[in-house]
Amino acid sequence: MSKILIIAEHDGSALNQATARAVTCARQIPGAHVTIAVFAAEPAAVASAAAVLAGVDAVVTVASAANGHALAATLAPQVVALAAGYTHVFAASTSFGKDLLPRVAALLGVPQISDAMAVEGAYKFKRPTYAGNAIVTLEAPADRILVATVRSASFEPAAGGGSASISAADVSAELPTHTRFVSLSAAPKSDRPDLASAAKVVSGGRALASKENFDIVYSLASKMGAAVGASRAAVDAGYASNELQVGQTGKIIAPELYVAVGISGAIQHLTGIKDAKTIVAINKDPEAPIFEVADFGLVADLFVAVPEIEKALS
Amino acid sequence: MRKILVGVKRVVDYNVRVRVKPDGSGVALEGVKMSVNPFDEIALEEALRIKERGEAAEVVAVSIGTDEAQQQLRTALAMGADRAILVKVTEAVDPLVASRVLTEIAKRENADLVILGKQAIDDDAAQTAPMVAALWGRPQATFASKIAINGGTAIVTREVDAGLETIEVDLPAVFSADLRLNEPRYVKLPDIMKAKKKPLDVVEFASLGVTADVGLKTVFVEPPKPRAKGIVVKDVAELVDALKKKGLV
Ligand SMILES: Cc1cc2nc3c(=O)[nH]c(=O)nc-3n(C[C@H](O)[C@H](O)[C@H](O)COP(=O)(O)OP(=O)(O)OC[C@H]3O[C@@H](n4cnc5c(N)ncnc54)[C@H](O)[C@@H]3O)c2cc1C
Repeated sequence: MSKILIIAEHDGSALNQATARAVTCARQIPGAHVTIAVFAAEPAAVASAAAVLAGVDAVVTVASAANGHALAATLAPQVVALAAGYTHVFAASTSFGKDLLPRVAALLGVPQISDAMAVEGAYKFKRPTYAGNAIVTLEAPADRILVATVRSASFEPAAGGGSASISAADVSAELPTHTRFVSLSAAPKSDRPDLASAAKVVSGGRALASKENFDIVYSLASKMGAAVGASRAAVDAGYASNELQVGQTGKIIAPELYVAVGISGAIQHLTGIKDAKTIVAINKDPEAPIFEVADFGLVADLFVAVPEIEKALS
Repeated sequence: MRKILVGVKRVVDYNVRVRVKPDGSGVALEGVKMSVNPFDEIALEEALRIKERGEAAEVVAVSIGTDEAQQQLRTALAMGADRAILVKVTEAVDPLVASRVLTEIAKRENADLVILGKQAIDDDAAQTAPMVAALWGRPQATFASKIAINGGTAIVTREVDAGLETIEVDLPAVFSADLRLNEPRYVKLPDIMKAKKKPLDVVEFASLGVTADVGLKTVFVEPPKPRAKGIVVKDVAELVDALKKKGLV
């Protein structure tokens, strides 16, 4: 039987939806027994949220002041101690999972499968390489623990309605003191949906040409109830903040609707949106590569078209 | 600090649209333009800036690759690395193997800092920096967008999903470079000439005592599923109509 340990991602109070998506991936392994581990200073609230996810068999908590901030160097030895007896260790392929799991894998002396996007067997997974242009099927040995990060855009979040047991785990691991949290400057909380999990996303590119102009993107997103994203060029130029970058090295998303405004469609950007159900592109250059993937393309000046769309939606 | 080690991987250039071979054995690399992994260029640029601020004495570029990776190491030397090491392999290695090699080199060289790219744009695995940090028993600061060295410690700002996180680590440590850490310099012709005289040592992989097989098997490589062809709408009204029909707005 596969005993899968999923490391919960959270901000101290809420469980990240990416963890619920990793549960869906784990459940696709035949006969999987799924445990979610919550490392936190006070894990109760996150543990309750994890316990109600359908398909979760157990939740274990590791409460410690040292787990108040998710530092890979502090968490990794604890995950390794907890992993004994499990066949798989999973986390979402977010900045949290990408930071933590390779450290865990190396301490366990096993390779890692990054960005698992399809389950082909208990030890066999597909993952994207070359910015999503070559999909590799990998098989890991069944006699060792398998460490993998899960590509969120490939799996729906597990539903609610579960009732897993919650228990506190006693983990003894020597924790390093060489890494210290200083601060987190997060985007101010807003009513806007979260980019990683939003059903609709409006993204702006270099064509917006200034931070002030980028408000057009925010305005259309508000009208549509959408999250805001950006191309690398727009982030580099300071029109949008870094956590909004979509693409190979930013967020990989799979919304119902993606609207690309003044984005050319470089391969590095396209890999972040390939799984979107419907892609709309607004670009004044009919040759822009974004039109190759767009379900609906509009060749137009964005500064004319976007306000018009907003008006049409009013 | 004395020494910074930087990883330099030879990868398919980021402008190339790779094609999967029809037999599913991998991607076609014949005649394809190869370059330094863009994130490694950023890592190297950062190491050079630290040295130019007088905070490090030497920058060593390391590549794990075939003989051809000497080209990318020469580029690194032309950018300003003081010397280079090629760990010679005959085929691509798993990130865990690369990490074991880099850890071994970091120990032999007594490095004070290792800076790697946050991911290589060929396998997109994003594993090596945390793995080296783990095997070496050192702190890690991944996805770095700002690095300040203060003697025996460093303050690093990291690009994380929630925004920007700042951490403090004791040195030696392993950092991984993100896109906005810096903009790498262009190599000038005289630098390329100078780089030819800089030392480039070749180390045989077998001499490091690292096993190449970590058990992960590539079964098959395939192209992604193509998206269905879309349509070009004539104006905003047609676009909004189409989206309304699909229940999207
Ligand atoms: C290692 C590496 C990693 C990368 N990772 C990412 C990533 O994760 N995400 C990402 O997005 N990029 C990434 N990139 C960058 C990528 O290669 C492109 O440079 C970038 O996506 C371009 O952004 P853009 O489309 O906004 O800008 P441009 O390519 O400059 O496109 C601007 C577009 O706007 C159109 N336009 C201009 N004016 C108007 C107007 N008035 N109305 C309508 N249209 C207009 C133009 O026709 C053009 O198509 C990466 C690059 C590298 C090397």
